[in-house]
Amino acid sequence: MVEIHVSTKEKGDPGPIAREGMQAAWPICLGYFPIGLAFGVLAQKAGLHPVEIGLMSLLVFAGSSQFIAVSMLSGGATVLSIVITTFVINLRHVLMSSSLAVYLRSLSGGWAALFAYGVTDESFAVNLTRFRNGNWDWRQAVVLNHTANAAWIGSSILGAYSGQFIPAGAFGIDYALIAMFLCLLVFQLRGKLYTVTAIIAGVLAAILALLVPGNVYIVLASILAATFGVVFRRLTPA
Amino acid sequence: MHHEKIVPMIHSEYLILVVGMGLVTYIPRWFPIFFLSRRQLPQWFSEWLDLIPVAILSALVFPELVTGGNPRHLDFSQPQLWVALPTFLFALKTKSLGGTVVVGMLLFWVVGKLL
Repeated sequence: MVEIHVSTKEKGDPGPIAREGMQAAWPICLGYFPIGLAFGVLAQKAGLHPVEIGLMSLLVFAGSSQFIAVSMLSGGATVLSIVITTFVINLRHVLMSSSLAVYLRSLSGGWAALFAYGVTDESFAVNLTRFRNGNWDWRQAVVLNHTANAAWIGSSILGAYSGQFIPAGAFGIDYALIAMFLCLLVFQLRGKLYTVTAIIAGVLAAILALLVPGNVYIVLASILAATFGVVFRRLTPA
Repeated sequence: MHHEKIVPMIHSEYLILVVGMGLVTYIPRWFPIFFLSRRQLPQWFSEWLDLIPVAILSALVFPELVTGGNPRHLDFSQPQLWVALPTFLFALKTKSLGGTVVVGMLLFWVVGKLL
């Protein structure tokens, strides 16, 4: 059942909370850095000014849709078509925020709004793992989201100014996010049902990725696999 | 006529674009938190949400490993896939997020140097 997390350090010193949130964000920041740089370089080549690039990273904060927006912009696409594409690409966050909502019951409207701004594939995965382990509440989660956000904005602006001087693929940094997702996936394998769901989701996603353009395969495969998992759980006695 | 802009005149069209992109990205992130965190969810829906993270993580990472190119096609020869196997085993064995990230990067870097 749903647990309500009540922090033991309700009115404590904000220092340790901020530090915990930032420490948990480091793999995300490491992973965002090369992607943000690449985005900055690309956007600058497409004719955007560093201020415009930073503004997009600040207001949107969603990597893949920003890359696609820039390539659509240089292809002469209309504002409306870019906005609609962005909506479709980022719709998957509905599922992530829904999973996180369970842990955010005590959160006020304003903090919830601030937290929601930072929900990405990566922050979702790290926050959810932490919430499940306990000893994590919305304050650390908000700090984590905004630390990751700062890394994203900072690296995209840096890329706009100087990205072309940093060699691509240095130190295997391009692999940081894949490795992070692999480990977070391991954390989620908490029993047979989860493993079966993971295998179905992965195989379905790969098949759908080949059949359907764009990234709807993530949402489709996740919904189908989780639905299968619920049916499977209902049909097999515990 | 060329002169360096320090702070550019941001065209209103660009502003509309990024504000529009921001809104359509933000609303799906915000709405479930606002809506679901105030309600008691039915049992089946809680069970379903409980399986969503593992499904999403797998759906995010698996196609990255076994498909590539544009248009996408199956590709089992990518270093991403072969580095993922020892990285995954390391994660299973150690349960260390930081360690897994460092090991994955290191292996990917070494493989990139060898190829």
